[in-house]
Amino acid sequence: MSNDIRYLTPINIDIKKDKYCRFKKSGIKFIDYKDANYLLKLVNEQGKILPRRITGTSAKFQGRVNKAIKRARHLALMPYVGDMLK
Amino acid sequence: MNSYETVFILTPVLSDDQAKEAVQKFEGDIKGMGAKITHSENWGLRKMAYPIQKKSTGFYFLIQFEAAGSVIADYELMMKRDERVLRFLTVRMDADHVTYAEKRRAKTSAN
Repeated sequence: MSNDIRYLTPINIDIKKDKYCRFKKSGIKFIDYKDANYLLKLVNEQGKILPRRITGTSAKFQGRVNKAIKRARHLALMPYVGDMLK
Repeated sequence: MNSYETVFILTPVLSDDQAKEAVQKFEGDIKGMGAKITHSENWGLRKMAYPIQKKSTGFYFLIQFEAAGSVIADYELMMKRDERVLRFLTVRMDADHVTYAEKRRAKTSAN
Protein backbone atom coordinates (compact mmCIF):
# COMPACT_ATOMS: atom_id res chain seq x y z
CA MET A 1 0.00 0.00 0.00
CA SER A 2 1.45 3.30 -1.01
CA ASN A 3 0.35 6.59 0.39
CA ASP A 4 2.45 8.74 -1.92
CA ILE A 5 0.85 11.99 -2.85
CA ARG A 6 0.07 12.05 -6.51
CA TYR A 7 -0.39 15.10 -8.65
CA LEU A 8 -2.35 15.29 -11.84
CA THR A 9 0.14 17.73 -13.31
CA PRO A 10 3.80 17.72 -12.36
CA ILE A 11 4.48 20.43 -9.82
CA ASN A 12 6.78 23.23 -10.79
CA ILE A 13 10.15 22.78 -9.23
CA ASP A 14 12.72 25.33 -10.29
CA ILE A 15 15.20 23.48 -12.37
CA LYS A 16 18.64 24.81 -11.67
CA LYS A 17 19.74 26.59 -14.79
CA ASP A 18 23.40 26.60 -15.62
CA LYS A 19 24.87 30.04 -15.21
CA TYR A 20 27.33 31.26 -17.76
CA CYS A 21 29.42 34.31 -18.35
CA ARG A 22 27.75 36.41 -21.02
CA PHE A 23 31.02 38.05 -22.00
CA LYS A 24 32.87 34.78 -22.47
CA LYS A 25 29.98 33.31 -24.37
CA SER A 26 29.55 36.15 -26.84
CA GLY A 27 33.25 36.95 -27.08
CA ILE A 28 33.04 40.51 -25.77
CA LYS A 29 36.51 41.52 -24.71
CA PHE A 30 36.02 45.15 -23.90
CA ILE A 31 33.14 46.54 -21.88
CA ASP A 32 32.43 50.10 -22.91
CA TYR A 33 31.80 52.58 -20.10
CA LYS A 34 30.26 54.96 -22.63
CA ASP A 35 27.39 52.60 -23.40
CA ALA A 36 25.14 53.26 -20.42
CA ASN A 37 22.22 51.37 -21.93
CA TYR A 38 24.21 48.16 -21.98
CA LEU A 39 25.58 48.64 -18.48
CA LEU A 40 22.02 49.06 -17.24
CA LYS A 41 21.62 45.30 -17.65
CA LEU A 42 24.28 44.74 -15.02
CA VAL A 43 22.76 46.84 -12.23
CA ASN A 44 19.58 46.52 -10.22
CA GLU A 45 16.82 49.11 -10.28
CA GLN A 46 18.62 51.17 -7.66
CA GLY A 47 21.69 51.35 -9.82
CA LYS A 48 23.69 48.93 -7.68
CA ILE A 49 26.06 46.56 -9.44
CA LEU A 50 24.62 43.04 -9.55
CA PRO A 51 26.75 40.34 -7.95
CA ARG A 52 28.35 37.51 -9.93
CA ARG A 53 26.13 35.13 -8.03
CA ILE A 54 23.20 36.52 -9.99
CA THR A 55 24.62 37.45 -13.38
CA GLY A 56 27.02 34.52 -13.67
CA THR A 57 29.79 36.77 -14.97
CA SER A 58 33.29 35.35 -14.60
CA ALA A 59 35.65 36.96 -12.12
CA LYS A 60 37.77 38.42 -14.90
CA PHE A 61 34.87 40.20 -16.51
CA GLN A 62 33.16 41.19 -13.28
CA GLY A 63 36.21 43.31 -12.56
CA ARG A 64 35.86 44.97 -15.93
CA VAL A 65 32.13 45.45 -15.45
CA ASN A 66 32.78 47.15 -12.11
CA LYS A 67 35.35 49.45 -13.66
CA ALA A 68 33.08 50.35 -16.58
CA ILE A 69 30.12 51.11 -14.33
CA LYS A 70 32.21 53.25 -12.01
CA ARG A 71 33.58 55.21 -14.94
CA ALA A 72 30.09 55.70 -16.32
CA ARG A 73 28.97 56.99 -12.93
CA HIS A 74 31.82 59.48 -12.81
CA LEU A 75 30.73 60.89 -16.16
CA ALA A 76 27.09 61.10 -15.04
CA LEU A 77 26.08 58.59 -17.71
CA MET A 78 24.70 56.44 -14.90
CA PRO A 79 23.49 57.48 -11.46
CA TYR A 80 25.35 56.66 -8.25
CA VAL A 81 22.00 56.24 -6.57
CA GLY A 82 18.85 55.73 -8.55
CA ASP A 83 15.33 54.55 -8.25
CA MET A 84 13.13 52.74 -10.74
CA LEU A 85 15.86 52.45 -13.34
CA LYS A 86 14.07 49.50 -14.90
CA MET B 1 53.23 56.44 -27.58
CA ASN B 2 49.97 55.28 -26.07
CA SER B 3 46.41 55.60 -27.20
CA TYR B 4 44.18 57.63 -24.95
CA GLU B 5 40.54 58.46 -24.88
CA THR B 6 38.99 61.35 -23.07
CA VAL B 7 35.38 62.25 -22.40
CA PHE B 8 34.54 65.63 -20.96
CA ILE B 9 31.42 67.56 -20.09
CA LEU B 10 31.17 71.28 -20.78
CA THR B 11 28.81 73.54 -18.91
CA PRO B 12 25.42 74.05 -20.60
CA VAL B 13 25.72 77.80 -20.01
CA LEU B 14 27.74 77.98 -23.23
CA SER B 15 26.12 78.32 -26.63
CA ASP B 16 26.68 75.62 -29.24
CA ASP B 17 29.29 77.73 -30.98
CA GLN B 18 31.11 78.54 -27.74
CA ALA B 19 31.19 74.84 -26.87
CA LYS B 20 32.63 73.95 -30.27
CA GLU B 21 35.15 76.74 -29.91
CA ALA B 22 36.25 75.36 -26.53
CA VAL B 23 36.67 71.89 -28.02
CA GLN B 24 38.74 73.29 -30.87
CA LYS B 25 40.93 75.02 -28.31
CA PHE B 26 41.41 71.76 -26.38
CA GLU B 27 42.19 69.88 -29.57
CA GLY B 28 44.71 72.54 -30.53
CA ASP B 29 46.32 72.35 -27.09
CA ILE B 30 46.53 68.56 -27.23
CA LYS B 31 48.13 68.79 -30.66
CA GLY B 32 50.47 71.46 -29.35
CA MET B 33 51.68 69.00 -26.70
CA GLY B 34 52.77 66.64 -29.45
CA ALA B 35 49.76 64.37 -29.62
CA LYS B 36 47.95 63.09 -32.67
CA ILE B 37 44.15 63.20 -32.61
CA THR B 38 42.69 60.10 -34.19
CA HIS B 39 39.01 60.68 -33.61
CA SER B 40 36.65 63.16 -32.06
CA GLU B 41 32.95 62.96 -31.42
CA ASN B 42 30.30 65.40 -30.36
CA TRP B 43 27.48 63.84 -28.35
CA GLY B 44 25.68 67.14 -28.02
CA LEU B 45 23.71 68.47 -25.07
CA ARG B 46 22.75 65.52 -22.89
CA LYS B 47 20.90 65.13 -19.67
CA MET B 48 23.19 63.98 -16.90
CA ALA B 49 22.26 61.19 -14.51
CA TYR B 50 22.73 63.50 -11.53
CA PRO B 51 23.41 67.23 -11.22
CA ILE B 52 27.01 68.45 -11.31
CA GLN B 53 27.65 72.00 -10.07
CA LYS B 54 23.88 72.42 -9.93
CA LYS B 55 23.56 71.79 -13.66
CA SER B 56 21.49 68.95 -14.97
CA THR B 57 22.63 68.96 -18.60
CA GLY B 58 25.98 69.23 -20.30
CA PHE B 59 27.77 69.13 -23.66
CA TYR B 60 29.52 65.78 -24.00
CA PHE B 61 32.58 65.38 -26.18
CA LEU B 62 34.85 62.44 -26.88
CA ILE B 63 38.40 62.74 -28.17
CA GLN B 64 40.71 59.84 -28.96
CA PHE B 65 44.38 60.58 -29.44
CA GLU B 66 47.85 59.15 -29.43
CA ALA B 67 50.37 60.70 -27.12
CA ALA B 68 53.33 60.05 -24.88
CA GLY B 69 52.39 59.34 -21.27
CA SER B 70 54.08 62.49 -20.00
CA VAL B 71 51.59 64.67 -21.87
CA ILE B 72 48.60 63.49 -19.85
CA ALA B 73 49.46 65.26 -16.61
CA ASP B 74 49.68 68.60 -18.44
CA TYR B 75 46.49 67.90 -20.32
CA GLU B 76 44.56 67.01 -17.17
CA LEU B 77 45.86 70.08 -15.39
CA MET B 78 44.58 72.19 -18.25
CA MET B 79 41.14 70.56 -17.99
CA LYS B 80 41.07 71.05 -14.25
CA ARG B 81 41.86 74.73 -14.58
CA ASP B 82 39.23 75.37 -17.20
CA GLU B 83 35.99 76.52 -15.61
CA ARG B 84 33.92 75.48 -18.61
CA VAL B 85 34.67 71.82 -17.92
CA LEU B 86 32.28 70.20 -15.46
CA ARG B 87 33.83 66.75 -15.52
CA PHE B 88 36.43 64.84 -17.50
CA LEU B 89 37.83 61.33 -17.69
CA THR B 90 40.94 60.22 -19.53
CA VAL B 91 41.72 56.55 -19.94
CA ARG B 92 44.55 54.74 -21.66
CA MET B 93 43.24 52.36 -24.28
CA ASP B 94 44.55 48.80 -24.14
CA ALA B 95 44.62 46.56 -27.22
CA ASP B 96 41.02 45.37 -26.79
CA HIS B 97 39.82 48.91 -26.31
CA VAL B 98 41.61 50.07 -29.46
CA THR B 99 40.00 47.37 -31.61
CA TYR B 100 36.64 48.17 -30.04
CA ALA B 101 37.14 51.88 -30.78
CA GLU B 102 37.97 51.14 -34.42
CA LYS B 103 34.87 49.02 -34.79
CA ARG B 104 32.75 51.70 -33.16
CA ARG B 105 34.21 54.35 -35.45
CA ALA B 106 33.42 52.25 -38.52
CA LYS B 107 29.87 51.81 -37.28
CA THR B 108 29.25 55.49 -36.61
CA SER B 109 30.76 56.60 -39.91
CA ALA B 110 28.55 54.09 -41.75
CA ASN B 111 25.40 55.64 -40.35
